[in-house]
Amino acid sequence: MNRLDYDVVVIGGGHAGVEAAAAAARLGARTALLTHRRDTIGVMSCNPAIGGLGKGHLVREVDALDGLMGRVADAAGIQFRLLNRRKGPAVRGPRAQADRRLYREAMLAAIEATPGLDVVEGEAHALVAADGVIEGLTLADGRAIACRAVVVSTGTFLRGLIHIGEKRMPAGRVGEQPAMGLSASFEAIGFTLARLKTGTPPRLDGRTIDWSRLEMQPGDDEPEPFSTLTTAITNRQVDCAITRTTPETHAIIRANLSRSPIYSGQIESRGPRYCPSIEDKIVRFGEREGHQIFLEPEGLDDPTVYPNGISTSLPEDVQAALVASIPGLERAVILRPGYAIEYDHVDPRELMATLETKRARGLFLAGQINGTTGYEEAAAQGVVAGINAARRAAGRDGITFSRSESYIGVMIDDLVTRGVTEPYRMFTSRAEYRLSLRADNADQRLTPLGIEIGVVGTERARAFNAKLAEIEAARQAFSAASLTPTEAARHGLAINADGVRRSAFDLLAYPDIDAARLAAIWPELARYSPGALAQIESDAKYAVYLDRQKADIDEVAREESVELDAGLDYASVTGLSNELKQRLSQVRPATLGQAGRIEGMTPAALAILLGAVKRARRAEARATA
Amino acid sequence: MARDTIYAVSSGPVPAGVAVIRVSGPQVRFGLETMIGMVPEPRLATLRPIRARNGLLLDRGLVLFFAGPASFTGEDVAELHVHGGRAVVAAVLAALAELPGHRAAEAGEFTRRAFENGRADLTEVEGLADLIAAETEAQRRQALQQAEGGLASRLSAWSAELLQSRALLEAGLDFVDEEDVPTSVIASAAADAGRLADEMNALLAQSAFGERVRSGFDVVLLGAPNVGKSSLLNALARREAAIVTAEPGTTRDLIEVALDIDGYAVTLVDTAGLRDAAGLVEREGIERARKRSASADLVLLLDDGVEPLVEPPSGVSRLTIRTKIDRGDNAPEEGIAVSAVSGEGLYELRRAIGAALGLAERRPDALIVRERQRQGVIAARDALTAIDPSQPPELIAEELRRAADALGRVSGRTGVEDLLGAIFSSFCIGK
Repeated sequence: MNRLDYDVVVIGGGHAGVEAAAAAARLGARTALLTHRRDTIGVMSCNPAIGGLGKGHLVREVDALDGLMGRVADAAGIQFRLLNRRKGPAVRGPRAQADRRLYREAMLAAIEATPGLDVVEGEAHALVAADGVIEGLTLADGRAIACRAVVVSTGTFLRGLIHIGEKRMPAGRVGEQPAMGLSASFEAIGFTLARLKTGTPPRLDGRTIDWSRLEMQPGDDEPEPFSTLTTAITNRQVDCAITRTTPETHAIIRANLSRSPIYSGQIESRGPRYCPSIEDKIVRFGEREGHQIFLEPEGLDDPTVYPNGISTSLPEDVQAALVASIPGLERAVILRPGYAIEYDHVDPRELMATLETKRARGLFLAGQINGTTGYEEAAAQGVVAGINAARRAAGRDGITFSRSESYIGVMIDDLVTRGVTEPYRMFTSRAEYRLSLRADNADQRLTPLGIEIGVVGTERARAFNAKLAEIEAARQAFSAASLTPTEAARHGLAINADGVRRSAFDLLAYPDIDAARLAAIWPELARYSPGALAQIESDAKYAVYLDRQKADIDEVAREESVELDAGLDYASVTGLSNELKQRLSQVRPATLGQAGRIEGMTPAALAILLGAVKRARRAEARATA
Repeated sequence: MARDTIYAVSSGPVPAGVAVIRVSGPQVRFGLETMIGMVPEPRLATLRPIRARNGLLLDRGLVLFFAGPASFTGEDVAELHVHGGRAVVAAVLAALAELPGHRAAEAGEFTRRAFENGRADLTEVEGLADLIAAETEAQRRQALQQAEGGLASRLSAWSAELLQSRALLEAGLDFVDEEDVPTSVIASAAADAGRLADEMNALLAQSAFGERVRSGFDVVLLGAPNVGKSSLLNALARREAAIVTAEPGTTRDLIEVALDIDGYAVTLVDTAGLRDAAGLVEREGIERARKRSASADLVLLLDDGVEPLVEPPSGVSRLTIRTKIDRGDNAPEEGIAVSAVSGEGLYELRRAIGAALGLAERRPDALIVRERQRQGVIAARDALTAIDPSQPPELIAEELRRAADALGRVSGRTGVEDLLGAIFSSFCIGK
């Protein structure tokens, strides 16, 4: 029997797995993507949409690292909306409804087109490790794969258990077997596993919905793609519709709460607060007259409709009754009932910021297995795990992402330092440097790093460099053009008559002045692309804040980068608890920043540590003086 | 994470009538079972024999048990009130050390656990430290107020209001499609921010005084050589703190003594006489005198009627004092006049110092008493003052975040999860 041998094996073909596999392969690692079935690669298990606030930022960052999600979503998108379009650029989030089939097909095509990447069909049975180093894995059919790094991205498949009313069935997704063997491997390695819960609504047959009674929600007139490599959105665009629950719906749910596994005690694990089931909404916010439901088409040629807002695990007969109580859905046929699913996840504090586990070298985890939710969160982790798995296999250092550079960095730092108590989802409010971490500048934040480490291909690198040159030229042109308040007044701009000359860049900071207005004064400013102009506008509007954030970032970086001597005797540092002394002696952090992320570390202890470093330095200085 | 159970003598040095040994941590109940054979009713003093693990009787004393989290540290806590003899205390400590999971506490560890377990915020911990260090009545009063949460309660009230404003604003940014989220919150957020900034300003106005109460008011003696600075210092301190000779330029370095004036701590500083000096050491001394007087709360300008008056630094309050009034008819018609020899005028001088420092005025006790606290509140106030309702919402959110962060640094409590918690508990989020 021929023995399979790869640099990197990725287990699971979901949104984390595909990005991990593709990223590892882009870095030149011989990579295998292990999945139960080739035709489930890139399946959207939950709602048929990509992006949103925070999530759209993550997609742009994945794209900036030459990941697949943005391009695939553009190829499959059937309704695009830029959320918060009327608010500032930092809080605008691109979002798209995707045709499920087109998405899956485009993703499989992208995977198959990636050189050095094989798809292997099979089920992982156990990880093989010796002395805490991953050496490979065995499959349920008896095959073995040798490899230097494994990325596990099994989503909700780890001991997945689906609940529909009183019914329970082990499953990873409806109709698919869960992964039982890997959980045992994880326990054998010694990981702390915990359980989380998530849910999904019933799917409806769109041909049985009375659309004429519903408010329609169209997409943007000019769809804004996710990927900087996408030149045009070519799919036919469709509308969504909005309806709402009624007092009758609420009465049905209240009457049947005892049959919901969440309230009967059958499910004990935590679900996300921001994605509550309809049962939760009625119990917690029952006084509201109705709750909004978005009816999202699942595809151009697919009659299935995803009723976003009524995720439920009530029994099927109750689901039918509650759907029928909703305007427009009176006669709607349920194609598949909603369900709740409980699954194992690993405490993400078991991970380093490279997403490699601390317990097993060469073992990387990405996606829902780390306690996150959402396709975008999974994809972003997939890219990081893929990059680092490939580098591990090549014997190179890990790459980490900082909170000040990317949402990816914010997410991973949150996960590995704080752990999770509910499925983790990205919000822009999690990012303290939100004004700098914009969807419109993801490429400038991350593509240079991507080029440097080789995860970005030549096509993107060329496009990026061209865009960068244009933005730089535009920035210079906006800084060079200037006028006095008197001249401004002649052009109808209301500026303080303080005699100070202002550049076009300065003028852009005014709320009512945009690039188009300035191009009317200086025609040479009109020659730049809308993308470049938008970027200059954002930078100008936020200039004061960006400078301030940069100062904050520098200060944090300065403190974080204080080096801790490898020989520092933690036992002799007075004021530290014994627990911390032990942990510091074990971990031996290289910098104060790393020390700060050690579990149990407090600001007081950090100050003590900083004092100890400074005393040691002074003593050294005296000794050499 | 399983924590150690820690113990330490929490009363003063032994020998003493009674010594109090405090124990805190997850193994306290086990330790009590082992050493006194029971876990007493919480907060009920119980007289028990105290035994080592092997049953040997060590002492008999009052034992108190406080069940966590309603205890000082937030953990289970026990107090053993034993006879304060060296051998008794040593034997009880040794017996505690024998118990599994027990170890001697490190300096400040009980308080640190109280902070980590949310029983006290940073300012309360600071207040506790100040209370233990307090030497004057004003310091005691101010520290007690701080330890009792005087500033902490204001900080948490401000933080709660900021959190509410931020939750409204952030919900509108992150959950734009949710109908449950209100859309126009900017006006009310800006109004709330303005009100909070006013409250902060009111507290900041008291902070300079509060910091002085804590660290002591700086009063510097200044004058030509040999006008009697060191003699006056000694007379006010009622001890020979500074060397006094007839030779001009005897004092070269700064000499400090602590005084208690009207219940306030005052640091009185003797300095080198100001003249065109002389040696290297004296020149340095004069430089120090000038520097210290420039930052003083009050300069006592000494005039013996003979030596020329020196010029004090501008902008510093001053009292001119005639010295050596025991010498012939040196006493002036009016003003403060003292004799370090006879003690005449010293009482009046102390009253004049108190009056010049404003100690006699009735004022509310300051809540901001440390530079660290002041800087944090100033940063928060500045962020709130920068809010302009015509700005886009994400910039107002940015200022609110800065304000909340600044307050969080003062109290030692921060967290984005608080923000998300406030959002999810107020609005039905989730399509």
